[in-house]
Amino acid sequence: MNKTDALIIGAGPTGLFTAHQLKLIGLDCEIVDNLDKIGGQCIELYPDKPIYDIPAVPECTGEELTNNLINQIKPFDIKFHLSERVDELRKEGNNWIVKTNNGTTFLTPNVIIAGGVGSFEPRKFPVKECEKFENKSVFYSIKDKNIFKDKIVTIFGGGDSALDWAVELSKNSKVNLVHRRDDFRGAQATVDKIHELSKEGKINLFTKYQMTSIKGNGQLESIEIKNDNKDIKNIKTDYVLGFFGLIMQLGPIANWGLNIDKKTIEVDTERFETKQKGIYAVGDICNYPGKLKLILSGFHEGALAARACFKLARPNEKYRFEFTTSSKTIKNRLGVKSD
Amino acid sequence: MAKITYVTNDNQVHTVEVQNGLTVMEGAVQNDIPGIDADCGGGMACATCHVYVKENWFDKIAPKEDGEEDMLDMAFEPKKNSRLSCQIIVSDELDGLTINIPSKQS
Repeated sequence: MNKTDALIIGAGPTGLFTAHQLKLIGLDCEIVDNLDKIGGQCIELYPDKPIYDIPAVPECTGEELTNNLINQIKPFDIKFHLSERVDELRKEGNNWIVKTNNGTTFLTPNVIIAGGVGSFEPRKFPVKECEKFENKSVFYSIKDKNIFKDKIVTIFGGGDSALDWAVELSKNSKVNLVHRRDDFRGAQATVDKIHELSKEGKINLFTKYQMTSIKGNGQLESIEIKNDNKDIKNIKTDYVLGFFGLIMQLGPIANWGLNIDKKTIEVDTERFETKQKGIYAVGDICNYPGKLKLILSGFHEGALAARACFKLARPNEKYRFEFTTSSKTIKNRLGVKSD
Repeated sequence: MAKITYVTNDNQVHTVEVQNGLTVMEGAVQNDIPGIDADCGGGMACATCHVYVKENWFDKIAPKEDGEEDMLDMAFEPKKNSRLSCQIIVSDELDGLTINIPSKQS
């Protein structure tokens, strides 16, 4: 059981800055995120897109913003639990017991939900029957590439994941690559490589095709793909891989007895607390009159929620507001020299 | 101002007036029309405001930018007439536009 003053769900910009604010006022915190990396939407959806409305930062990309926020919390020792999704939350006395899908548990008086629009999950095939084969012969990520050796693998998608795996697996497997249009959005060098391998007959390329059905009795046998001109092809395959990026799902948060409307959680604007004491929501996932879904709003919300956490984490102490420019205590926490 | 008609997958028809300058996505969200999630809020980063534009209208609206086609790769059951509704900006010329909402966004 991990004991902490506050548990933050979500390692996007709001979660990271909230952690900074908690540590600055002397509270411990840990962060859980379902992605395998830090940065949330900034890193998953738009790492290369420039952002122009971060105060005092005229222009930065999602990746740069994330790296700057990570640098800003470097002075502190903050434990991240990546690739873990919070599944359960229950009250015990004055604390919350929080459990992730990996079985990690936390005991904490404060839970701050900085979950954006939910946790990122892979987008799946529209063909419903694919579910029957999921994690047996239909995969949305690869854990062990050796299972594909000397097998027929059909890969769907046009981004870097699909193309990189097509190139890699073509060394030891028979690879079919299926994509809905002629253009690929992956790196040009990889796209060139794909066309080269296709010419050499090492990859079977099917563009403008999408999956229409999947067949097999327990064991996957074949799939059917169709193009815009209604031409149907039957492909024998042992494995099917789909790389359609990730989508955000609210997931278990919906079951925690919070006021949820249109995938957002209602909070007050003083503590950013939900209707459950000790559970806060900040960033894109919270809602209140006048809410703006801006990163800068998330920073403000996190700063206030962090102060609210103090009361429950240190019931016998009084929180005293201090400036980073003048407070010796804060400078000690940051590990910088006082004047 | 333009009248936009949203047809859901179960054939419910919602016709609403949308102000010029808003997007077709915003018109749906503000009028509580189901089936358009718009998770990223209009940043062309999620493909959950995917719609099908009626063929006779498809050529009348501003063409797709590169980024939109890339995002449509990830949409649920994309077709030739697929668009992201956050990229269609409403104007008087779009009065009468009809769009179909897919069965799912993810």
